[in-house]
Amino acid sequence: MSRQALSTPELRKPAPISGRSRSGLAIMLIGAALLAATMLLGSHIGEYYYLATYTILQFVVLGTAWNILGGYGGYVNFGTAGFFAIGCYTTIVLNKMFPMPLFFEMLIAAATAGVVGFGTGYLTLRLRGVFFSIATLALAIVLQTLIVNWSFVGGARGVYVIRPAISGFFVSYVQFLVVLMVGLAIFAVAVAWAVEKSWIGIGLAAIRDDEAAAETSGVPSLRLKLIATTMSGALMGMAGAPFPYYVTYVDPATAFSLAIAVNAIAMPLVGGTATWWGPVVGAILLGSAQQILTVTISSAANLFIVGVLLVVFVTVAPRGVVGIVRGWKRGRK
Amino acid sequence: MIAKILEATGVTKRFDGFAALTSVDLTLLKGERVGLIGPNGSGKSTFVNCLTGILAPDDGSIIFDGNDITKTPAWLRARRGLARTYQIPRPFRGMTVQENIEVPLRFAVGHTSAGTISEAAQVILDQVGLGEKADLSPKGLTQVELRKLELGRALAAQPKVLIADEVMAGLSESEVDEILALLNRLNAEGISILLIEHIMRAVMLFAQRIVVIVAGSKIADGLPDEVMQQEDVERAYLGE
Repeated sequence: MSRQALSTPELRKPAPISGRSRSGLAIMLIGAALLAATMLLGSHIGEYYYLATYTILQFVVLGTAWNILGGYGGYVNFGTAGFFAIGCYTTIVLNKMFPMPLFFEMLIAAATAGVVGFGTGYLTLRLRGVFFSIATLALAIVLQTLIVNWSFVGGARGVYVIRPAISGFFVSYVQFLVVLMVGLAIFAVAVAWAVEKSWIGIGLAAIRDDEAAAETSGVPSLRLKLIATTMSGALMGMAGAPFPYYVTYVDPATAFSLAIAVNAIAMPLVGGTATWWGPVVGAILLGSAQQILTVTISSAANLFIVGVLLVVFVTVAPRGVVGIVRGWKRGRK
Repeated sequence: MIAKILEATGVTKRFDGFAALTSVDLTLLKGERVGLIGPNGSGKSTFVNCLTGILAPDDGSIIFDGNDITKTPAWLRARRGLARTYQIPRPFRGMTVQENIEVPLRFAVGHTSAGTISEAAQVILDQVGLGEKADLSPKGLTQVELRKLELGRALAAQPKVLIADEVMAGLSESEVDEILALLNRLNAEGISILLIEHIMRAVMLFAQRIVVIVAGSKIADGLPDEVMQQEDVERAYLGE
């Protein structure tokens, strides 16, 4: 074997047990630190920073959710915005019909988006490669058309949502939302981590490499892909559920925004799709860059930077930040 | 009377009007070694794909170990003990050699403990002569090693029947002998083997019986020497 070949990430040995619990601990610690920081800083930081943090965290959840199917299983979902919007509109409907705490709205949003994920998966997962991706894009468009024509949720005009009063602990509703999003991000990353280390993750990796060979090795590919679409969809729906309270005005163009679908793909690709921390790194990197550019240059530069970074990473570092770090670690040994 | 382990009856497959297979029958007895031969494009691989569930036949039935598996998905056939290799090696390229072997151990055999899986994988890697390569990527393997990996992955599923689809194509004579020795060892352990092969020397050495498919139809089925003397077989292989 040449030295160069040895430095590729594929040659890694399976992570030892101690490494596994270490990464689990890392998720918890980072999450706890984030929560503490949010609570302690409280009113000392401006509202804008909360809004920016919320957006980045939302993309941590969306990128992580996308990666369960797209990164582990190799099925590219272009319909993230559709699942996200299902979450948004579940909240809007529930808010109008049976007001309840946001936590329950999130659970129902997860269930709804999960069911839609399962259904989409069942109908489309026999399609491979690009055909599956087109079908997910079509799903988002169909859903958007439905919402646009549904006047109960505001139709194309959109709908205003009034934030509930906040009590006790929190200085503002936005602070509450950020804390909630930190919790959801930890939950999503923990789910992805558990999937990655379990038989589901191993089976999905086999499907990504070669679906026919996976089948003949006993991997029930349809079942695994359905599990992945359901979990991925549910997490995206959960990410969308608090969104109406965050923006207080939702219209279909916002909920089904192209930026959501593009970011959910770009962030895992930039961070690295092979591991749970790739999408997290990608979301923080791209999310922060977008926030900074929006403030310093213009909001139009927002998607521009995504495009540039995507091109740079796909050509220079196709395995994302994860691949760079792994190569660097190996080089030092 | 030895029991049949695999029995395909009237297997027919059409691609947009092109008849790739026309009512092909094949029986494999327990512990038997059968060679399946035929010119390029005669439908051998299509037949294997129908047997293993990668393609659904348009007509016909497949009985495996006493059960009708005609409609059974590929992964379930693998779990029940019908394993195959691919003509063009199809390793899981994102995994190490050992992780490749671990996939069927986990999914086809149903092991759950990482320790058991790892030990069983090493046994199989030693068996196919890849013990030293366990931690490498399949990208670093030679052609013969890739074919051994295909065999190893099929073996890891603990098959009752192994369908070896051109595992020897492009190998040197000594490499062919190496693979043949391995297949003979497996057969001695009780695995029935269907060998699809172009290298006639290997087929004649290995098979107890030979089946010939030409243009999607079976034209001969019998003892190797007798089949090879049949006029239509000669014609199919050597021309008029």
